[in-house]
Amino acid sequence: MTATTKLNGIAAVNAAIARAMAQDPKVIVLGEDVADREGGGVVGTTRGLSTRFGDERVKSTPISEQAIIGAAIGAAIGGYKPVAEIMLMNFTTVAMDMIFNHAAKLRFMSGGQTSVPLTIHTLTGAGVSTAGQHADHLEAWFAHAAGIKVVAPSTPSDYFGLMLSCIDDPDPCLMIMSAMTLRTFEEVPNDLAPIPLGKARIVEEGGDVTIVAYSAMVLTARKATEALKAEGVSVELIDLRTVAPWDRETVLASVRKTGRAVIVHEALRNHGVGAEIAATIQEELFGALKAPIRRLGAPYSPVPFSKPLEAAYLVQPDDIVAAVRSVLG
Amino acid sequence: MQQTPVSNRPLPGPEVQRDIYRRMVRIERNDEAIRRAIKLGRLQMPYYSARGQEVIPSAVSVNLNQDDTICTIYRGIHDMVAKGMPLRPLWAEIAGRIDGTCKGKGGPMHLTHPESGVMVTTGIVGSSMPIANGLAWAAKLDGSQRVAIAYFGDGASNIGAFHESLNLASVWKLPVIFVCQNNRFAEHTRYEVGTSVDRIAKRAIGYGMPGVTVDGNDPVDMYAAAFEAVERARAGEGPTLIEALTFRFFGHVFGDDDKYMTKEEKAAAMERDPLPLFRARLIADGIATEGALADMETAIAAEVDDAMQFGLASPLPPIDELRRDVFATEIA
Ligand SMILES: Cc1ncc(C[n+]2csc(CCOP(=O)(O)OP(=O)(O)O)c2C)c(N)n1
Repeated sequence: MTATTKLNGIAAVNAAIARAMAQDPKVIVLGEDVADREGGGVVGTTRGLSTRFGDERVKSTPISEQAIIGAAIGAAIGGYKPVAEIMLMNFTTVAMDMIFNHAAKLRFMSGGQTSVPLTIHTLTGAGVSTAGQHADHLEAWFAHAAGIKVVAPSTPSDYFGLMLSCIDDPDPCLMIMSAMTLRTFEEVPNDLAPIPLGKARIVEEGGDVTIVAYSAMVLTARKATEALKAEGVSVELIDLRTVAPWDRETVLASVRKTGRAVIVHEALRNHGVGAEIAATIQEELFGALKAPIRRLGAPYSPVPFSKPLEAAYLVQPDDIVAAVRSVLG
Repeated sequence: MQQTPVSNRPLPGPEVQRDIYRRMVRIERNDEAIRRAIKLGRLQMPYYSARGQEVIPSAVSVNLNQDDTICTIYRGIHDMVAKGMPLRPLWAEIAGRIDGTCKGKGGPMHLTHPESGVMVTTGIVGSSMPIANGLAWAAKLDGSQRVAIAYFGDGASNIGAFHESLNLASVWKLPVIFVCQNNRFAEHTRYEVGTSVDRIAKRAIGYGMPGVTVDGNDPVDMYAAAFEAVERARAGEGPTLIEALTFRFFGHVFGDDDKYMTKEEKAAAMERDPLPLFRARLIADGIATEGALADMETAIAAEVDDAMQFGLASPLPPIDELRRDVFATEIA
């Protein structure tokens, strides 16, 4: 029996960064309030790291997202492996030039001479009354930039294993930590191996319909899956885990088997990651499909404040159940 | 830039001093009521209380007209109340109701009320400043005397938007006033840890505009600084940076702990609570009587109570509201 520790997503990311820092002196940490003097991160993601590894390797920054990512890119080119915290995903917009024009592209534009082994982690997610500028899921923006990998875990173990892989990766990675996924605790093996980027996880095996989800929507889809089970519907639920590059093989193998797919994300439905997955499924499996592919996501609206609007903005278990029923005809 | 010697500073007359105090009390009573409602579970919202910072927008706003504009931040309800935002729609908004300033869609971090000049409330650090420049530019293009105020915190002076905005305002000689409410902390980061200069006002030098540091808890000093900046702006002489020193009593977000500061530091700062200090001064200077102030306070308490009742009784918005106001035309 390997020893385990009870962790939530935040503690799991913390443990992964700590393990990487202990193993590799090149791993460094920066971001607003990340050092212990400032509380070890706004939700404690980096708590204890500055005390353990010193103030030179773990640096609190001013409120300067552009300077944070810029410095991280420079340090990465200079041979380090920075782990940068951008407090909330909406604040990545302030650093978008650095992320999109630089981090994502420098390897290619330099003909492979320079590279940016940078990890950014950031919180987001609706459902907690933070309204229009603190809750967006912007993964499609980053997935649409060639040169950056995007992970969006839903369980403590996945947070742990994917953070290890992000830090280890030779290229820029963005980890999205969605509020609703961070509440659950799980026993995580202390010696958990890195979870490879781009590999989905089959949460539930089934034969009637494939549900593809990631991040907080895995939790919502699990509730829907339970309800559907009670109705006798056999759902195969896939947690994508990595949004870019995504695991085509696992998804296609599942839909080949079930012939039906429902794709769910918290981000806007329009122009979302679901569209990419749906398009790929129909290109590859047109003949095997028994029903049109359904996509669920947020309506075309900024995240609203008012409670009933926020609830309507988020995909609910019932919406998934209804979509599954509709593809079952 | 030369600062005006203190002795030559414009002084607020008795009427203006009472007006400043009245605005401060409205802010304070309203803040108190919001905190109570959150504690009782009647409001569910992240709340960035500005308790302790009442003097700043009050002393600024007595120099403003209704059509002068402000851009403020998540910690900005005091700025709005000082500017004259009515309390009923304010309460309906923070309760997420249809009668809110923004139909409940924006919430406490994005209250907007153009009628009282509250044009933008941002949750993004630094973003009040570039937009205030545009409002000032529009005022100039209109040939009007309007000025625009950008409120922001000390931490916001470290983000690119601050530096770009000051430069542009200076180059274009915009009628804008940058009011930095320096409450010593940016979330949990102490001023000195994140900021390269001992006074934010010094940064004005680099952008060719006057920069003044004032005691933001002193209504008279604060008034004088705002008066001069507004006069300058209205006279077409361009922008000013005011750094107002202050302190926030309830941490970054209501409910967080204050582990990042010492108990002594907090206690010392709270001893300088601007409300009782100014109240005592008004009475000692013969500017107001105890009775008159008590009457004013009672009336304001009733106004706040009425606004709370109104806000909490207002209906929730229908789901259709998700399709409205995304564009001018409703989404099909
Ligand atoms: C671009 C951006 N980065 C980070 C944050 C998170 N954040 C919210 S308030 C805050 C501190 C701001 O401090 P300061 O400007 O001094 O204003 P105060 O809150 O003290 O009034 C931070 C870092 C944000 N809202 N926007």
